[in-house]
Amino acid sequence: MATMSGERPRFATYMIVPAGIVAVVIVCAMALMLQDAFRVHVPGTLDVGGFTLDNFWRLNRPIYTKAFLDTLLYAALCASLDLLLGYPIAYVLVRARSGWLKSAILIITLMPLFSGDIVRSYGWLVVLGKYGVINMFATGTGLVAEPLQLLYTPTGVVIALVQYAMPVMVIILTASISHVDTNLERAASSLGASPIATFFRVTLPLTLPGILSGTITIFAWTLSAFATPQIIGGGRVQTIATLIYGVGFSNFNFPLAAALSLTALILIALVLAVGGGLARMVITARGLT
Amino acid sequence: MNWHAKAAIARSCAWLFIAFVLLYLMLPTIIIATASVSSQETLAFPPAGFSMQWYERAISYPDFQSAFKNSLFISLGTSTLATALGTAYAYVLERHNFPGKKLITAALLSPLVIPHFIIGLAVLIFAVQLGYVRSFETIILVHIMIVVPFVVRSVLVSLRMIDTDVERAASSLGATPFTVFTHVTLPLLAPGIFGGWLFASILSFTEFSGSLFVSTQSTQPLPVAMFTYIRDFADPTMAALSTIIIGVVAILLVIGAKWFGLSSIISVHDDAH
Repeated sequence: MATMSGERPRFATYMIVPAGIVAVVIVCAMALMLQDAFRVHVPGTLDVGGFTLDNFWRLNRPIYTKAFLDTLLYAALCASLDLLLGYPIAYVLVRARSGWLKSAILIITLMPLFSGDIVRSYGWLVVLGKYGVINMFATGTGLVAEPLQLLYTPTGVVIALVQYAMPVMVIILTASISHVDTNLERAASSLGASPIATFFRVTLPLTLPGILSGTITIFAWTLSAFATPQIIGGGRVQTIATLIYGVGFSNFNFPLAAALSLTALILIALVLAVGGGLARMVITARGLT
Repeated sequence: MNWHAKAAIARSCAWLFIAFVLLYLMLPTIIIATASVSSQETLAFPPAGFSMQWYERAISYPDFQSAFKNSLFISLGTSTLATALGTAYAYVLERHNFPGKKLITAALLSPLVIPHFIIGLAVLIFAVQLGYVRSFETIILVHIMIVVPFVVRSVLVSLRMIDTDVERAASSLGATPFTVFTHVTLPLLAPGIFGGWLFASILSFTEFSGSLFVSTQSTQPLPVAMFTYIRDFADPTMAALSTIIIGVVAILLVIGAKWFGLSSIISVHDDAH
């Protein structure tokens, strides 16, 4: 910030305006939608009635609480699986010597981030289907007698969500692993530690900040995912996001959809705040920066 | 067994594991590409014969044609506007102080943690209140909100790599702050800006959740049309279209990596949340 001056040239003020307008519209639109959460739903119209807290009491029904708990479970599963599968990939991306190998792994890993929700989910629809490649393999090799039901099940949704979130996990872990001072690893081996011991007792603990931040980020990401559970779940797997879609656009109950959205946003904010706080505590306690 | 042998076994296991994960990540792409050239009506695997008929159908299907034009218009509009306002904002954010700096920045970056369909729903309610119908403007507005955080961050990364001495040299030689910005800063930022623009275009072109609520039959972008198609048909037309999209995106990514530095795009995500 060497050139940060107290005197702000006039053109700089004008340059804030367009982005400022977008920021104001985001805040207004979110506030306008979220205040619907406190309004009465008038069936058959998009208009809302007077003030009420009923929308929040209705969230206490089993169908809503189940969707919330299920979503938390799927998000936790995805975060753990992404960490487990993503760490070796990130490690190779940082430490591999071959340039083309790195580039190839990078493109393969990042592709799910850029192909878009629909193309990605459609791919899994084909792979997980009754006559999809997984079932072809499973029945063909005699592992199972009957085709597995993967589509429209939580298992299928988690398989697809883990791929969806993998690029972000790998990006965060890569940044963390590349910050590890390789001299520490060399010191450990010169003192007689085996490569396996060096990895588990030096490298892995040093990347704890990245592991925590990756896990929290993926948890929040998969918590709010919509297209994947909607398409792979096919209405038989309900998450918070698919529930809001159903309530808002099949029943046109905007107040209830807004109450669900507000609750989901608070949940996401809590995850990020509690997770972030926890991560900071662990990092300070272990003396990592 | 000494640790050399153990390490060699561990290394082989690790590579096997990595190969398995990479196969898992690529599996849908491989299967879609294979299924897209099938001569069969159904999506069975392995495909029975070879044919390009699904590519012909994907390209000639009227809903896809109009949705493709919509998507092109929306993504070019979004990326150009978002890059312009995001670059301007990132510059002032990095170089100057202004009232409400923290609040405006937080609001602008908030779409990173808000589910996109909630943003779409909110903007739809907002637009209805203002008496707007669902139009291209509303879709582009939602898309700008979704991509602007990425543009701002990638421009910030490039801004921090600029040697500020060059800017100071220009002003000490008598250039006005505006001239310094247009003649020194902007040209130096160009690769970062183009990278951000390309990235924003891809994100907007493939955006689905944010578009779903604010688009209609006549304004629907390609991902929404594809979503409808999946519900109504099960033939490999979608496989053909998906293969085309994956191919184009892969080519753009390689170009992006080569000329604009994919690394700056990637660092956008690091600590973004």
